[in-house]
Amino acid sequence: MKSSRFDATVLTLGFAFLYIPIIILVVYSFNASKLVTVWGGFSLQWYRTMWSNQGLMDAAWVTARVGVISATIGTVLGTLAALALVRFTRFHGRMLFSGMIYAPLVMPEVITGLSLLLLFVAVGIDRGFWTVVIAHTTFTMCYVAIVVQSRLLTFDLSLEEAALDLGCPPVKTFFKITLPLIFPAVIAGWMLAFTLSLDDLVIASFTTGPGATTLPIKIYSQVRLGVTPEINAICTILIGLVTIGVIIASISTKQTEMRRIRDEHVAARGTT
Amino acid sequence: MASVSETHPANKPNPARWLVVAVPYLWLLLFFAAPFLIIFKISLSETTIAMPPYTPLFEGFGAFGDFVSELDFDNYLFLTGDPLYIEAYLSSLRIAVISTFLLLLIGYPMALAMARAPTMLRPTLVMLVILPFWTSFLIRVYAWIGILKPDGLLTLLFRSVGLLGVDDQVQILRTDYAVFIGIVYSYLPFMVLPLYSALEKMDNTLLEAASDLGCPPWKAFWKITFPLSLPGVIAGSMICFIPITGEFVIPDLLGGADTLMIGKTLWTEFFGNRDWPLASAVAVILLIMLVVPIMIFQNQQKKVA
Repeated sequence: MKSSRFDATVLTLGFAFLYIPIIILVVYSFNASKLVTVWGGFSLQWYRTMWSNQGLMDAAWVTARVGVISATIGTVLGTLAALALVRFTRFHGRMLFSGMIYAPLVMPEVITGLSLLLLFVAVGIDRGFWTVVIAHTTFTMCYVAIVVQSRLLTFDLSLEEAALDLGCPPVKTFFKITLPLIFPAVIAGWMLAFTLSLDDLVIASFTTGPGATTLPIKIYSQVRLGVTPEINAICTILIGLVTIGVIIASISTKQTEMRRIRDEHVAARGTT
Repeated sequence: MASVSETHPANKPNPARWLVVAVPYLWLLLFFAAPFLIIFKISLSETTIAMPPYTPLFEGFGAFGDFVSELDFDNYLFLTGDPLYIEAYLSSLRIAVISTFLLLLIGYPMALAMARAPTMLRPTLVMLVILPFWTSFLIRVYAWIGILKPDGLLTLLFRSVGLLGVDDQVQILRTDYAVFIGIVYSYLPFMVLPLYSALEKMDNTLLEAASDLGCPPWKAFWKITFPLSLPGVIAGSMICFIPITGEFVIPDLLGGADTLMIGKTLWTEFFGNRDWPLASAVAVILLIMLVVPIMIFQNQQKKVA
């Protein structure tokens, strides 16, 4: 069929466009030559220089801590926000609330960053590690809310209602029934929040202070000075970590999904 | 869709329920809404050489009259009076409109091809579109520097196939073309995914009916497929257009000195010239420009949810 050949061409070209730059970046991190265009043989020397670059390692540590803390707080807040959006159809200021969930998703980062910085200065909070954490929590919680919301919309309410009818208190119902069922979405939300935090340059640049230089800020300042294989090396490690994370997450979601289907199957057999 | 009935226990008042709403609500009011009021106020204050470099914001919360009389529109007059700023806004809009159009042009065929692919293959294809999004934005922009720079890989490739002479170089980096390439590359997943989810839901029997009745495929596309995918087109376009207008990293790393984008202007005013009130005014005008697209996006999102 003609259209299927057209589709295959489009997809091949599209994915080539998306992946070739990343592949080139990874390949050249193993280049012995310092010149990006000359292939001087395979070498791990840029990984060694990267490892001994104390400034880069400090920045990586700060970034990891900011990422874990902000993703965790952001996931709790985002999950609550998703519950509020899906389950509580009527409360005062719901319009404003949903607006504040959706707006940060598209808000240009320069605006979010600058406005948060001005808030911190206005209330007299010293900028540093915790201001970056607050900033990242604020925009990542909205992404978590969207991810968890889409899971909650397909949620079978009869399970919760059964627990409540049998006298299980609402809070216990949440932890025993709701949370386990939406957990894959919550984990996916956490991972998304973590990578977004790991990735952010603009908002972190505005809200950071002395001693809290994150990896993107560090990479950015080095990139401005020129392209070096050392940056390729650190980028390759980041890409590797994220790829492994995504693969593990997709395998574990598939397993939970399969376990759920099996459980439902068993339950269905039990009722007949 | 799971909707909660009036009699569902979730709609009965209880303290846990109150907390579920209040905690994220207060967080967003404090760290998302309140900063906008502050940015608005500071954009109306004078620059002073101090730390922080503007006149004090809260000298007691009372005296609203004082507040109003202190308002100083100098920053806005300065912005609207200087053609450089106006050009930067217009140039940002131009770049955002053109790149959103390019994204649609490239993203639509991809999304369509994904939606028409065998059901077995679709999750893998979606995964392949999402994966680059998980790798750092900065890294993906950086990857293009090595390709586009005058002694970079594209020059090498063109030389080897004879498109360029031995001493010629591609002149793409530090031009608007590089900015377009960088933007299209970075935002492509954001365009493809909403388009795909709209196209995937489509009822194929409609196309079969059209073809049975003798409608040629291209006409069926414009009469059936495209109109039905419009929600995806709007969502994808807004998700790309709004952040691109305020984009900083791409024009800064790939663009040239003459690439005017308002995100870059704001950054320079803030970090370079340390003029916080002017940077705030730049941000407020940008925000006003984006109010309508943001509202379109929000309505679209609410319809989906």
